[in-house]
Amino acid sequence: MSEFLQHLINMLVLGGTYALLGIGLTLIFGIMNVVNFTHGVLYTFGAYIMFIVVHQLGINFFLALPLAVVAGWLLGAVIELTLLRPLRGSDIDTTMLVMIGAWIAMQSGTLWIWGGVAKSVTTPFPEAPLVLGPVSVSWLRLFVLAAAALLIVVTYFLINRTKLGCAMRATFQDQDTASLMGVNVDLIYTSTFAIGSSLAAAAGALLGPVYVIFPQMGDLAAVKAFAIVILGGLGNITGAVIGGFILALAEELGAGYVSSGYRDAMGFLIIIAVLIFKPTGLFARSERVG
Amino acid sequence: MKSGITILSVVVFASVPLWLRDPYLMNALITTGIFVIGAMSLNLLLGFTGQLSLGHIAFFGIGAYVSALTSLGFDVGLPFGLRIVHTPWPPIAGFVLAIAIAGLCGYLVGLLSFRVRGAYFVIVTISFAEVVRLVALNWVELTQGPLALTNIPSMTIGLPGLGELTLRTKLQNYYLVLSVALVTYLLISRLVHSHFGRAMRGLMENETLAVSVGIDVTKTLTLAAVISAGIAGAAGSLYAHYIRIIDPEVFAFINTVTMVIMVITGGKGSLAGPVVGGMIFGLLPVFLRPIMAPEAQWIAYGGVLIVILFVLPRGIVPSLAQRFAKRPGRAEKAAPVAFSERGVKEHA
Repeated sequence: MSEFLQHLINMLVLGGTYALLGIGLTLIFGIMNVVNFTHGVLYTFGAYIMFIVVHQLGINFFLALPLAVVAGWLLGAVIELTLLRPLRGSDIDTTMLVMIGAWIAMQSGTLWIWGGVAKSVTTPFPEAPLVLGPVSVSWLRLFVLAAAALLIVVTYFLINRTKLGCAMRATFQDQDTASLMGVNVDLIYTSTFAIGSSLAAAAGALLGPVYVIFPQMGDLAAVKAFAIVILGGLGNITGAVIGGFILALAEELGAGYVSSGYRDAMGFLIIIAVLIFKPTGLFARSERVG
Repeated sequence: MKSGITILSVVVFASVPLWLRDPYLMNALITTGIFVIGAMSLNLLLGFTGQLSLGHIAFFGIGAYVSALTSLGFDVGLPFGLRIVHTPWPPIAGFVLAIAIAGLCGYLVGLLSFRVRGAYFVIVTISFAEVVRLVALNWVELTQGPLALTNIPSMTIGLPGLGELTLRTKLQNYYLVLSVALVTYLLISRLVHSHFGRAMRGLMENETLAVSVGIDVTKTLTLAAVISAGIAGAAGSLYAHYIRIIDPEVFAFINTVTMVIMVITGGKGSLAGPVVGGMIFGLLPVFLRPIMAPEAQWIAYGGVLIVILFVLPRGIVPSLAQRFAKRPGRAEKAAPVAFSERGVKEHA
């Protein structure tokens, strides 16, 4: 039983960051109809920003997270403005292939700049974990969970309570009508991509110190984010949050009770199950994007 | 004009060993040829049905592993006390099985993902490749995991009246790969010009319309996926028996991207596109190696993919064909542009 509780705690930590990844990807897909293959690279990028800020610039660990969010936001905006805006109106396959090209170029870029050796980030948290009865959890992981929860809530308010979020939801429902109502659709697209990218970077900055940082870390993250998005339904934010936690639970239980070698295969099994039983995602009926 | 170019290319490729003696370049040509076969199979899906298989290397790798294991033999325990002992078979049996099992995997992936349109096929194939890589890595008893399968025998073919021939030298393997590539090219060419090929292209151009004239969407797409995966499996088998060592790295995503770049650059939906794109990106590393680090090359390839999509969205071969078509007197024979229109007319 205590083993199971431990898995649940780990699931919460992992699920929070997965949810961040999923929200970012599903926002971009839902509003822009772009299958964003640079999502994993943004995740890697966020982790490296963490590393640079803490180790190369020697700035505070807690300041690194907001910096990673800002850097992800900027990089996302640049990608949108240079690659996606000129392709507005072309088919989904072309943008997808362009994003694949950007993914390869950027990932090789991280490999070129920082090398293939995995880096780890030292954190200000004590080594000894917090012990709560039968389970224990490291302070770092608690911080990751809290930060992810905070970011999810902020995103939720951004989309449901602000003017920008309202414009985003309107664009999602009907781009032309939104445009007629005075919504600057170009601006919405850039903001959406930048917000989605900053969430991916935040997820990377949060999970990077938990594990190690290396250039290909984003590949698996991207595949997992796709699984989450399929699970929650393409374009569904609440679905992405729940999907993130379901994937984390499946991975924890799969690694704990089946085989740790196949931890990363759980996402694929989830995709198969969803496609067989409910191809539109688990939460298709509920209102999309907020 | 088109068949003339095809015959000329075959003659040129067949004569290469006569004037090229450098073993390093021969090696590069053989592996390039194998990847060209893979790119042709990818093009069958991407270019003619519009479905992007982003885990195409999975079918290639499955073919490689199936072929290697068939010819090496294995002894694995399964759950419930079952045990499979396989004694080595000749590599040519592995080649056939590689096609069959890769095709079967293509069928399963197609069955799953063609229930829904859109990005699903891409995502299913990409995660399928990831899972196959994990299996190859973790099922050590069967695949040796990261230790790799070694000492894979060279391909052996039985010649009528001449007995068995084991293809050990680069020269023999070059002609083997060239023949398989040629057969693949002719097969895809026949396929694309058949009723089935027109159904595929009809689907890509207007699915609703295609359905309304009685084309079974799921069946057509699944069949295309089976054939494409089978050809990729054949390429994987050639790879295993030529390189003679395979490890789970064969499933690396970068290998799929290589094929995608080959198809997009050469021209998706044109028969010669993957060959042209494949030759460029297969041989480019040979010439770039002295001047560029591999990472820098990959940055460049990603960049090239983007630039091609912006500047020549249809790829090199269709753009050239169009240029030639504009010259008076040649308009009728110019291939890919006219042939899509002809397909529609025949259907109507």
